[in-house]
Order: sequence, then structure tokens, then C-alpha cells
Amino acid sequence: MRVIVPLQGVVQGKVGLFWGSVIPCALFYFLQLYLKRRHRSQPPSPPPAPSPEATSPPPSPLNSSEKLHEVSVLPRTLSRILLSPRGVSGPVYVSSRANSIAKTGDSPYYVGLKKVDEDLCHEIDNPNGVIQLGLAENKLSLDLVQDWLEKNATGTILGEGNCRELNISRIAAYQPFDGLMRLKVAVAGFMSQVMEESVFFNPSQMVLTSGATPAIEILSFCLADNGNAFLVPTPHSPGFNDDLRCRTGVEIVPVPCRSTDNFNISITALDRAFNQAKKRGQKVRGIIITNPSNPVGNLLNRETLYSLLDFAREKNIHIISNEIFAGSAFGNEEFVSMAELTEAEDHDRDRIHIVYGLSKDLSVPGFRVGVIYSYNENVLAASRKLARFSSISAPTQQLLISMLSDSRFTHKFIGINKLRLQKLHNLFVAGLKQLGIECARSSGGFYCWADMSSLIRSYSEKGELELWDRLLNVAKINVTPGSSCHCIEPGWFRFCFTTLTEKDIPVVVERIRRISEAAKSHA
Amino acid sequence: MRLIVPLQGVVQGRGGLLLGSLIPCALFYFLQLYLKRNRSSDSSVDPPSPTGSSSNLTELQRSSSRSHLSRDGSIGRIRVSSLASSLAEPNDSPYYIGLEKVSEDPYDRFNNPNGIIQLGLSENKLSFDLIEKWISENLNQSLIGNDVTLNINAIATYQPCDGLKECKEAVSNFMSQMMGGSVNFDPSNIVLTSGATSAIEMLSFCLADQGNALLVPTPYYPGFDRDVRWRTGVDLIPIHCRSADNFSLTITALEQAFTQARKQGVKVRGILISNPSNPVGSLLSRRMLYYLLEFAREKNIHIISDEIFAGSIYGSEKFVSFAEILDSEDFDKDRVHIIYGLSKDLSLPGFRVGVIYSFNNNILSAAKKLSRFSSVSAPVQQLVTSMLSDERFILEYIEINKNRIRQIHDEFEARLSQLGIECARSSAGFYCWADMSGLIQPHSEKGELDLWDKFLNLAKINITPGSACHCIEPGWFRICFTTLTLEDIPLIIERIRKVVETCKSSA
Repeated sequence: MRVIVPLQGVVQGKVGLFWGSVIPCALFYFLQLYLKRRHRSQPPSPPPAPSPEATSPPPSPLNSSEKLHEVSVLPRTLSRILLSPRGVSGPVYVSSRANSIAKTGDSPYYVGLKKVDEDLCHEIDNPNGVIQLGLAENKLSLDLVQDWLEKNATGTILGEGNCRELNISRIAAYQPFDGLMRLKVAVAGFMSQVMEESVFFNPSQMVLTSGATPAIEILSFCLADNGNAFLVPTPHSPGFNDDLRCRTGVEIVPVPCRSTDNFNISITALDRAFNQAKKRGQKVRGIIITNPSNPVGNLLNRETLYSLLDFAREKNIHIISNEIFAGSAFGNEEFVSMAELTEAEDHDRDRIHIVYGLSKDLSVPGFRVGVIYSYNENVLAASRKLARFSSISAPTQQLLISMLSDSRFTHKFIGINKLRLQKLHNLFVAGLKQLGIECARSSGGFYCWADMSSLIRSYSEKGELELWDRLLNVAKINVTPGSSCHCIEPGWFRFCFTTLTEKDIPVVVERIRRISEAAKSHA
Repeated sequence: MRLIVPLQGVVQGRGGLLLGSLIPCALFYFLQLYLKRNRSSDSSVDPPSPTGSSSNLTELQRSSSRSHLSRDGSIGRIRVSSLASSLAEPNDSPYYIGLEKVSEDPYDRFNNPNGIIQLGLSENKLSFDLIEKWISENLNQSLIGNDVTLNINAIATYQPCDGLKECKEAVSNFMSQMMGGSVNFDPSNIVLTSGATSAIEMLSFCLADQGNALLVPTPYYPGFDRDVRWRTGVDLIPIHCRSADNFSLTITALEQAFTQARKQGVKVRGILISNPSNPVGSLLSRRMLYYLLEFAREKNIHIISDEIFAGSIYGSEKFVSFAEILDSEDFDKDRVHIIYGLSKDLSLPGFRVGVIYSFNNNILSAAKKLSRFSSVSAPVQQLVTSMLSDERFILEYIEINKNRIRQIHDEFEARLSQLGIECARSSAGFYCWADMSGLIQPHSEKGELDLWDKFLNLAKINITPGSACHCIEPGWFRICFTTLTLEDIPLIIERIRKVVETCKSSA
């Protein structure tokens, strides 16, 4: 009799029959054990299919089985037993997630922010301090918000009327985690308003979160499993990487955009990045775009949006469109929301998810209000539940309901804010131009995306960071280097101009001039 | 005769028949085992759902079909993550079903007298009037400050995600006050989060990796399953406590749970306890705290102590915080993390203010970074800061609030006792943990859920069955009394009486 068992080729001789059957069984057992431990971190890779073909010789040679064995079992049990009985345990375990999270934040973006914290420039108290051009904040129209709050804050939080018990309940008691319906209605109205009524937003497709940061995180939890990937055009907003990845375990596949296209997304680049990721074995679950883009400030036009949609449809992936700057578009170009396209088509909306927030367009980042707007019922249902980890305080919600429902105020605010943005942007760009520094064309957002590649000593990331360091420590201005935004070309810098006033601009330009002259004389 | 078995091609000869059938069978067995385990931890309970077993299948189909379909643009539903698809399923825990049901048909004395009375949501409305009075008198000043103009930069602009310094100071003082002034809390050990819910999740992210586990004494707060498990991938291992011990944690049960988990190859990273306990309302003794610290040191694991009810004590027993013990003695502080919040003790769940108090710098720095996903809005921080800094108000509030909780607890418990329903001994919190095992038939989880269903749908009161709290003994229910007024009690007792009587007559 000749029995051929799965591993017959490997184990020969008399005992071959025995080992040839036992080893594959053992391998399966370990595989199972291994998968069991790991499966929470990842959805199971398809388990061995029960078809006869699949059970034919497991191709794994012995050494790989040994590896598997080692990885799954040995180190775990040993270490603890050795440590515990003595009680002189070393430092207590901190999860590897916590360790990697604690390590983030050494990028120049955070270093700069921290430095400003310690030595902030102040007209009178600290005129030689660091000027903040790194934090994406708009202080141009805070006076309008302030006026409104002074007049209305108290009344709106407690509410008016005689039914006092009801009034305290509406701020002190538990509220739906995903936001009050009345606030959703108000936010939907505000969103339509900033997009010039080109779209209507349905409040029931909305989930409110404590800021746009958790909104994006919740979406990535909902759309991708651990180890899956998103395509993200670069340059993107600094810190975005850490935010997206640290808890979700999702990967980012950069899609490099170039200065020759004014950093616009090209479908070719997308396609290339997608295929490369696929070759690496990564599962791409979606594209995350920012429109108007951060840092560049350009808008995606209708054709680009349509081709993105086609691309997503072809690959069967999601699109997250971050439109948090929608109301801060100041150019003549028309802003087109992804929602507008989706409205026009009545099928296949499931893949579109829009992120919004009040931090930029209403300049109230301190309020922590973000929005998930999705057409996908499953994603909405899951996000509503996840909102328990990121919900907005009820008094703030009450305050915003009245603020956003005051359409006279919002109308005035949006108009004036855009004018001020445009004016300051033009002044700042002109100031940089005097120094020979050109900016990418932009029509929205709080930034100038400036090309300082002529000032860097070596055309590389190193040269860029050197310049950044001189700007921070010598010229005392904190800007964001392109490398923090994962820009592929060195020498670009993000200047946030909305924390300045008109009279600050000459000061900033003067400080840059010193550096640029030094750089030029050096060259 | 020639039989062809699955592995015929591989296994030949006479023994081929046997081995050729045996090996595939064995493989199937393992596959099945694997899928079964997979599913049970997937938290979706109903097996026919497409989430667990068939997710691999659907994935397979999709990849092959995608290329054909995409060209004509008619593609099947787009895939969402496995987390999202399990969350998108309707709630299956009675705890959440009950809450949902109440929100559809809430009781109102005048407008909806036949609606469902909420005894399932842990909220304290007894002292709303005090909060209300303070806010209406001070709101203006706390938001706008002493100056005439409002300091817009303090509320509208970016603030540190982990909380304003002033707010942390105010919260740490408040915590010491709540705990009777016996401990000092250092504001620099605090991270503020949007509610204790996110504080717990954040700690789980920081203390354990995916697949690791925390031990938790049962019965426990039903929300832990969501807070700890959902996104972190951390598991909860129950330590079963029993009515014979008044559901307090015992050393044997703890050791047993730990050893068992270790045998199963699960890495235990910590113990999650709530003190005062939710739902039972008992306090951990000082001795137990010492023991837990010793145990944690021996096993080199963490302790998360949820002390969110620390200020809602109505019994005569004294509450002892972990912080107090660590303050006075030289223990390894790195492994103790305290959760607190303003939702219970200050009755402000709508404000969403939670606290992580940790002695471990690594954890603190990670939590500070994670707090960007769950920060408290600045105007509310300002409001809270000035509220908590008003010492006179706080002292008065603590006193009155405790008295009111005690009064309603005593009344409610006495009335339940008249119906023959006894509660576990408790000295804190918002709940009666009531023993209705005499009313259930059969004596199992099914009987318990039947009774729960009767309460919800016939008597129209929503209470939390013990099984939702993972209680090992059937027939216990959590009844939250702090949403009531004294006048509501007769009505509720009447509704309960009806159920009790139908149960008794049918038995």
C-alpha cells in the first residue's frame, strides 16, 4: 500500500505516514490559535477554504511552520511567569498603541506649536516672541462672534420662558450622543448657507461630534478595518497622519501632487498609488480629499469631482470629502460640494461621506463641533453609536442652535469674513512677493502655500528643515514646513495668515526678509 | 466498487479511503471551531446575520465580481468596516432596547400618563433645582467674566485638548471635596475628556492592546461592553460576584478569573472596578483596596478605578478612594488610574465632562494626545470652572444632594420591601439592586428577560435586567430611582405590584 499524505514530499521514510498527517493537523491547529489571537486586530484573513483543492499539500515548508509556532506561543507565556511571582515587576505594561501615540508629536509642526506656547509674541509684553503662523485658526472675524455672544449668550443657554424645569433639563440631562436634532437642523442650514444654497443638507443624515478630528476618525473606523488603507493626496494637513492612524490602525497611502499642477489631484497619480498599494497587498478602502484643500487652498472643480467619483466607483471604494473650509473660499472660483454631485445622481451615494465643522468657517474651534454627513445608512448607524465617545456639551449645543438660527447674523458673518480673508490673503501674498517668494494659487482657506525652495541650502528635506529652524529660532516665526504636510517637493511652507492683523504683516515680512537675505548672501 | 473521497487525489491505496475522508473532516472541524470562536466574539449574536460567518464569503465574491460589474457602474453595496457592520445592527441588549423604547413613549404626568417610566438611565434629577438656580444667577458672569466685554479668546479659539488649566484645578478641588477632603488631587495628573465614557475608552486604548483583556467584577455597568470593547478590541473577563457576598468582590473569585484567563492564553492587562459599584451600590473596603494593589503588583497589571459615584454616598459607610491609599503609602502608583466625571455627582451628564486621573506619565501623555478626539468645549469648561470654584455652592449642593438621594432611596427600598422585593445592601449610587428571583419562571436568563419584558410592555416601566449587567444569578434588576420624585413612587410601586401579582398567580 502506498499512502500519500499532504506532507509526503517533505517527510519521507516509514514514519512519513504518521508525521505527514500529524504535522499538517498541528499546523492548522497553530494557525487557528494564531488567528484567534489576532483576529480582533484584523478581520480574519479568509480561513482555509473547505474545498478539496485547498486541503491539498499545505505549501508551507517546515521552517515557516516553526516561525509560526514561535510567534504565536513562546514569548507570551514565558515573560509573565518569570516576572510575576517575585513581585519585583519592572515598569507596568503600557499598550504598544499608547507608546506609539506618546511618541507622535516630534514633527516640526508640533515642535513649532510648542515653542510658540512658551514664547508667544505679544505687541507689548513680548515683542520679540515667536509669531504664530502655524495654527489653523481664524481670528479675523472673532469680533462678530463676540458681539453676538455678548448680546445673546445667557438667554440662549438657559432658554427663555416660564417652564424652568424643562430649561435645566435641556442642558444638564443626558442628550442624544450624536447631537440634538435642532442643532442638526441649524447646522444643515448653515452648511447650505456657506455653500451659497447650492445644496440642501438633510439633518437626519448627520452625526455631530466634538470637532472634525473625531469625525474623520469615526469615519475611518467605520469604513476601514485595521491594516486597510486610504488614499490621501499630499500635501495634506499636518498631524493628519497621526490623527487618522493612531487608534484605527488604518494606513495612509500618499498620492503625491506636484507644483506643476498647482498641487491638484490627478487621476493618474491616484491610479498609480492605488495599484502600488494593491501590489503591496494593502486593501484600499477609500480616498480622503480636502476641498478647499489644506494647505494649498485650491478648490476641486466639477470635472475633478466627477472623475474622482468615477474612480471610486470603478474601484468600489469610499470617498471622504473634508469640506471644513467650504465657507472660507474667498476667490472668484465657485466651490462645488461633493454633496451637490450626489444630489444630482440618485444611485450609488453609499460611498460618499462629507466632513464638516464649525472650527474654521465659524471660527469657533474652542466649541468643538464637527459633522459627519453621510449617505450610507450603515455608516450613519455606526457613527451614531460611536458618537458616545465624542459628544458635544449640551450648553454649547444650545448656544449654537440660537447662533446658527439667527440667519441675519450668519449671513453677515459669512460675507464679512470672506471679505476679510480675501483682503488679508492678498496683502500677505503681496508681502511675500516683495521678497521674491511666490505662493501657489489659492482661493480658500487660511493659508499661503509658499515656495521658498530658492532659499534652502540643499534641495532636500534637510534643507527645508534647516530653513524652518532658522525661521523659528532666528526670525521667530512659526510656520509649517512642507515635509510635515508630506509634500513631495522640498522647500514649500504653509503660512497661516488668519491669526494676524493687517499691521502685523510688515513685521512678519521683515522677519522673513532677514532670513531670505542671509540665505541669498550665503548662496 | 470505487469510492472517491475528497482527498483521493492525494491519498492513494487502501488506507486512502479512510485517511482521505478523515483528514478533510478534521480540517472542517477546525475551520468550524475557528469560525465559531470568531463569531462569538464578534458581539453580534444572531448567527444567520451576514456579519460573522459569511463576511469572508462575501468578500471573496466581491473581489471577483467587482471587475465585471464596475464597468457598467452597477455595483453591489459598498463594503463598510466589520466594526461598522456590527454596530449597524439593531441593539440587542435589553438595556439599550429599553432605553430606546422609553425615548419613543416617555411617561409624563400630564401629557402622557400611560407612557413608560424611565428607571433604566442613570441620571440624577433630584438636585437639578440647585444647579438651575446657580446657573441662572451666574451664567452671565462665568461666560463673560468680570469685565464688561466677553473674552472671546477664552472660549472660541483653540484650547488645550486635554482641558484648561483652570478647569483642571477646579475639578481636582471638587474631587477632594467630594471625597470628604481626605485626598488631594494634583491637577497636572488630570486629563479632561468628553464624558467618563471616553475616559474609559481612552484608558483601555492605552493600557491594553488588541486581544488583551481587563478583568471586571460582575454585575457591572452595561455600558462597559461598549466603552471598552468596541473600538479598542480589548476584551472583558468577568469576575463573578454572588448574592451570598452581597455581590462584593472576593479574593478567590479574582484569583480564579485571572488564572483561568491565563490558562486560555489571554493576556490580562488590568482590573476595571467601579467603586462605589454600579449597579449594586456597595463600597470597596480599605482592606480590599490594599489587597487589589498587592494583587496588581504581583501580577504586574493595572487598576482602573471608576469612582464616578464617589460623591453620591448616602450610607453611613465611608468611601475610600484609591488616591487616598496611594497618597499615604508607598505603593507603585504607576499602575493606578482613576476615572471620574461630573455626570453623576454633579448631575451634569449633558455637559460631558469626564476625568482621567493617573499617576503614570506615559499614560498621561498618551491620553493627552488622544483627548483631541474627545475634548470638552471651551464655553462649558469656563462655566464648570466658575461653578466648581464657588465653594459655598458646592458644599451646600453636596450636602443637600446626599440627603435627597438618601431620602428617596430609603423610601423606595421600603416600598419594594413591602412588595416582598428585597434589595442588596447599598450605600451609594442611584440604584436599587433588587432581587426578583422569586418572580421569574424558569429560574434562568430567559425567565429574567420574560419578567423584564412584562415590566417594559405591561407595567410600562423600564428597568435593567441583571443579565445586561452580566450578573451570574438570574432574577436581579437594577432600578434607578434618582429620576423620580417622592410623588412618583406610589405610581411605580403600583405598576410593579401588578406584575408581581400576575407572576404569583401564574405560579
